[in-house]
Amino acid sequence: MIFTFDFVILIFMVVAAIIALNVKDLLSASMIFGIYGFLICLLWAEMGAVDVAFTEAAVGAGVSAVLFIATVFNTKRKSSD
Amino acid sequence: MLSKVFATIAVVITGGLLLYGVYDFPSFGDPNSPPNAGVEGGADSVSQYFITQTYNDSKVPNIVTAVLADYRGYDTMFETVVVFAAGIAIFCIMRSLGNANDPAKEKDEMHSFTHGDHNRIIIGTTCRIVVPIVQIFALYVIAHGHYSPGGGFQGGVLLGASFILLALSSDLNAALKRLSEKNYFALAAIGVLIYAGFGLVAQFLGANFLEYGVLQPLLFTDGPEMARSHSMLGVEIGVAFTVMAIMFSIYANLSTRGTLKNGL
Repeated sequence: MIFTFDFVILIFMVVAAIIALNVKDLLSASMIFGIYGFLICLLWAEMGAVDVAFTEAAVGAGVSAVLFIATVFNTKRKSSD
Repeated sequence: MLSKVFATIAVVITGGLLLYGVYDFPSFGDPNSPPNAGVEGGADSVSQYFITQTYNDSKVPNIVTAVLADYRGYDTMFETVVVFAAGIAIFCIMRSLGNANDPAKEKDEMHSFTHGDHNRIIIGTTCRIVVPIVQIFALYVIAHGHYSPGGGFQGGVLLGASFILLALSSDLNAALKRLSEKNYFALAAIGVLIYAGFGLVAQFLGANFLEYGVLQPLLFTDGPEMARSHSMLGVEIGVAFTVMAIMFSIYANLSTRGTLKNGL
């Protein structure tokens, strides 16, 4: 467990989460959510939980981002709030 | 605006309670904490048994897979059922929505632009090269799940993602030609049945549900340990079937509002 590496990933995660919540364009929001999933995956891999990291990389960063984007294309692209 | 204030208050309270709960956690790497017990002079616990005895019990080097598919196999079976139920639920919702309103009505300019553009040679060719590699890697992940990180869920998601990639690169019909709706729901059900079947066969042979050791005469293995190892592989193949089929069905239904026409 490397403290600086953890720290940088956690900072990026918080930034990505805040941006994903605040951005108006839903397509960007789902892309940033994918980035967030990928950062969690990195954190888990770094902590030695490789199986969980693998699942997160496949499900969280890969397929769920695609599912979000597929849904965004069937709605209006901009958020109203 | 008011609802946003209430939502913020609810989030802050929930987050505060969760952070308060963190104080009761053992600190990271504490040898006396339950997850680390027995590592070096710590208290005895169940994880000590898994760390030392998994290989003797089932000849599976990856403890995570052994715990998932064998020691708490009942839990994983119902996780698979949950995935199956989620796929069915999304199918039902999207199908009834798709019949209710015309999908061609509220389409963005952006959407119709990407939809009309089918001459994407670079993307199409790249995806056609990448898809078989993804699928072979997925099969490796499933088959090697009890020796290295991986397993049924990850391999199934990769297999499903390869079909999604095919649908994204050309058209949903190109993917549906290879895996039609009838087939993927059959595969999803077969996956759950494979998993439950291993448990039922063990029960018929006089053991508990999902107690793989007694499957030794059916699997022609050297001992009950290898029978457990092979049963874990079989169970993971079942999980992979279900997850692959459900991932693709969710994508197909979500991207077309349940009509399964055109796609993105």
